[in-house]
Amino acid sequence: MYRYDEFDRQFVTERVAQFRDQASRRLSGALTEDEFRPLRLMNGLYLQLHAYMLRIAVPYGTLSSRQLNTLAFIAEKWDRGYGHFTTRQNIQFNWIKLEDTADILSKLAEVEMHAIQTSGNCIRNVTTDQWAGAAADEIADPRPVGELVRQWSSLHPEFSYLPRKFKIAVTGAPNDRAAVKVHDIGLRLHLNDKGERGWEVLVGGGLGRTPVIGVTVRDFLPEHELIAYLEAIMRVYNLYGRRDNKYKARIKILVHELGADKFRAEVEAEYARRPHADTKVEERELQRISAYFAPPKFEKLPRWSATFEEARARNKEFAAWVKTNVAAHRIDGYAIANVSLKPEGGIPGDATADQMRVVADLAQRYAFDEIRVSHHQNLVLPHVRRDDLFAIWKVLNANGLAASNIGLAGDIIACPGLDYCSLATARSIPIAQSISRRFADLNRQHEIGPLRINISGCINACGHHHVGHIGILGLDKKGEEYYQITLGGSSSESASIGTILGPGFAGEDVPDAIEKIVNTYLAHRQPGEEFLAAYRRLGAQPFKEALYAAA
Amino acid sequence: MPLLKNGSIISDDWITIGLEDPRPESGDIVVPYARLLKEWESLTDHDGRLGVIFTNIDRVEALTLFLPRLALIVLPFPSFTDGRAYSLARQIREIGYTRELRAAGNVLPDQVQFMLQVGFDSFEIGDRFSADIWLKASRQMSLAYQRGLFRPLGQQEVWSERHREAEPWLEQPHAG
Amino acid sequence: MTINSTEKGKILTANRLRDGEVVFLTHSGLWSENIDGAVLATEPQAQAALEARGKDDERANLVTGVYSFDAERREGHVFASHIKERIRSLGPTVRADLGKQAEGRGGHFAALQGV
Ligand code: HEM
Ligand code: SF4
Repeated sequence: MYRYDEFDRQFVTERVAQFRDQASRRLSGALTEDEFRPLRLMNGLYLQLHAYMLRIAVPYGTLSSRQLNTLAFIAEKWDRGYGHFTTRQNIQFNWIKLEDTADILSKLAEVEMHAIQTSGNCIRNVTTDQWAGAAADEIADPRPVGELVRQWSSLHPEFSYLPRKFKIAVTGAPNDRAAVKVHDIGLRLHLNDKGERGWEVLVGGGLGRTPVIGVTVRDFLPEHELIAYLEAIMRVYNLYGRRDNKYKARIKILVHELGADKFRAEVEAEYARRPHADTKVEERELQRISAYFAPPKFEKLPRWSATFEEARARNKEFAAWVKTNVAAHRIDGYAIANVSLKPEGGIPGDATADQMRVVADLAQRYAFDEIRVSHHQNLVLPHVRRDDLFAIWKVLNANGLAASNIGLAGDIIACPGLDYCSLATARSIPIAQSISRRFADLNRQHEIGPLRINISGCINACGHHHVGHIGILGLDKKGEEYYQITLGGSSSESASIGTILGPGFAGEDVPDAIEKIVNTYLAHRQPGEEFLAAYRRLGAQPFKEALYAAA
Repeated sequence: MPLLKNGSIISDDWITIGLEDPRPESGDIVVPYARLLKEWESLTDHDGRLGVIFTNIDRVEALTLFLPRLALIVLPFPSFTDGRAYSLARQIREIGYTRELRAAGNVLPDQVQFMLQVGFDSFEIGDRFSADIWLKASRQMSLAYQRGLFRPLGQQEVWSERHREAEPWLEQPHAG
Repeated sequence: MTINSTEKGKILTANRLRDGEVVFLTHSGLWSENIDGAVLATEPQAQAALEARGKDDERANLVTGVYSFDAERREGHVFASHIKERIRSLGPTVRADLGKQAEGRGGHFAALQGV
């Protein structure tokens, strides 16, 4: 994975010193809150429901064991012993003190981490496929380009006071696991017939109160033009994006208001107007970065692992875990092991310091020291020997980390909601917990098959409810929480926005409603047909009937 | 209002005149863009240097014609979170303007470094913060990842430090 | 006024600047971490006075994010009317082991749990 050189190190160290100075000016009163807010936000520090909240960047979701151990250390020393992994592959701590923040950032800098631009109206942490570099279907590892974009966007002087936040996602595989179509900019790798690399550039996707699927502005942008082209897009957005209304300030609104063609023309005009010498992606810089992402030294292993097959035959629990949590690796004899942070009745995405250390230790022993954070709020050990899977599972199982539900009903995405978030209109975690308990029976989850349930505690949609197969949005009706259900969303390569089914439900009625939806699917599905496919074939009607008919 | 320029605090000797204000016989004057358009013929003959206040809803192309005569372009920041002028400043430098480019209005010390990097070289600093704070804040970071920025105060580009062998485009793109 | 009646009014709250702790303005003009000590302003005039006090303390950099919320007093104790403020004065409903509720600073009402 990427390692800082002396310049990266100096950059982050200076940035911490700068923040230390800003925070002390705030504490002394030399800066007002209004003046300080954008500065702290650009360092990931929010003021939340119970305290300050610090969001730490995990660029393209990749961590080393040393980094994860440091997060565990921070959780214990400066927070309450746990952290929350988010849908943007970051981690948040909920009980942070302003006066400790500079020390936390220093500690992070020691392990080449930071919280730069994890909030604020700037270019946010770049996200990607959590299986990057390991997935069997991958064209190439997207992380070198992710790193290139991270560096280019870090403290970009022109693009730090944008109309609104800006999120970029990159994928190097045809199966989109990075949700590139619902990002402000999505980048998708393609090869042409000559085998050259080019990027499809999608703009204007997003969730929030106006969910939109991005439009393609370039089908095949040569790689060396990538940064220059991004600058042109950013500049058009910075100059013409709306600033009069924060709900209309995202680039998706600009694209919508101008129309895709006019927007594209503006970008192309800006692109053509500018000198590109200083933004060209130089081969040697890309090579320098790529070298850090060189595949680990895989052994030559047989595809078939006797140890593994034997364990799977002997241990049913392990076999169930393998079925959902282990994915195909591109190298024979290896596998991708997904670590679910969704135990039955648990808080989606939360991990204790001890659990972080357990995963860090496993990564060090079995996974070339690499961990990934997925946008489903789980962790991943991207490269493990099939021979070692059973040993890994035993450790995970002993630490409450072996829930066998990746991609199933229990693997629920949920934002912090009203339990932590000051913008929330309702709680989301308790809803996730009650659904997860309702579907606790693993056999039943397997019977139901792939199902994405996503929950947000307000219209901002941090829990991706619009792109859940089943989406749940928490709202407030005269001081009472209630929940609106959408069906048919997806963030994959065939992305779609879910449709609202009808009137909302009180919190305690949500599990029943979900159950009715699932039962309707089971009753109508064709052999082998997954939930989303069935919904797309059937439409909303049978689900509406099941939910509202009897009432 | 005092100005921050080239690392020191100086006074502003320009005379700002509004749309309707009478024009002084001579002296360095700054006018709104609308007035520049309207009185361009006579303004070209003004006895003194000429500057313009260009708001962030104007398009940079509109300046091209006037550039050779302009010695000051002022870009106001209506609020410090309104970042349009960062792009405008860079565009103005990209079309070849090399004289004074001033940030006015709502500007914070912690933003000055970014402003220097996109091509501003003077700042209306008001009296909210001491000169000290302005000077210190303008040199907080000694490195930048982006290429083709202005590099005030000895700031270095990570890229060119990393790849030291000289290349033509390592030169700064604008004279600034 | 009998002790069983319900009084409605406003409570002033903020986050303490240096650590973000949720605090409430008390009779003495100091900020308390416990909602139980909060002053309940029932008259518009008293509410305005609270808000002014809050602005002062914001300017004095003691607290930040000052605002007031609806609350009531029952049996001598104050309660936030809206669930959001109840969670804020207690801690997360999904972690009864954390926050004010776990530290005996949660006032005189029980945390919500489950849904
Ligand atoms: C607790 C503090 C948080 C605050 C104050 C917050 C605030 C917001 C706001 C205001 C938006 C809407 C932006 C817009 O549409 O313009 C948003 C969107 C989003 N947030 Fe959060 N969020 C928080 C936590 C999270 C967490 C925990 C996650 C991940 C689980 C997350 C991930 C996202 C995502 C994925 C979106 C939607 C994508 C998009 O930007 O269109 N946020 N957030
Ligand atoms: S969706 Fe709403 S409630 Fe959930 S984290 Fe985002 S802003 Fe908070």
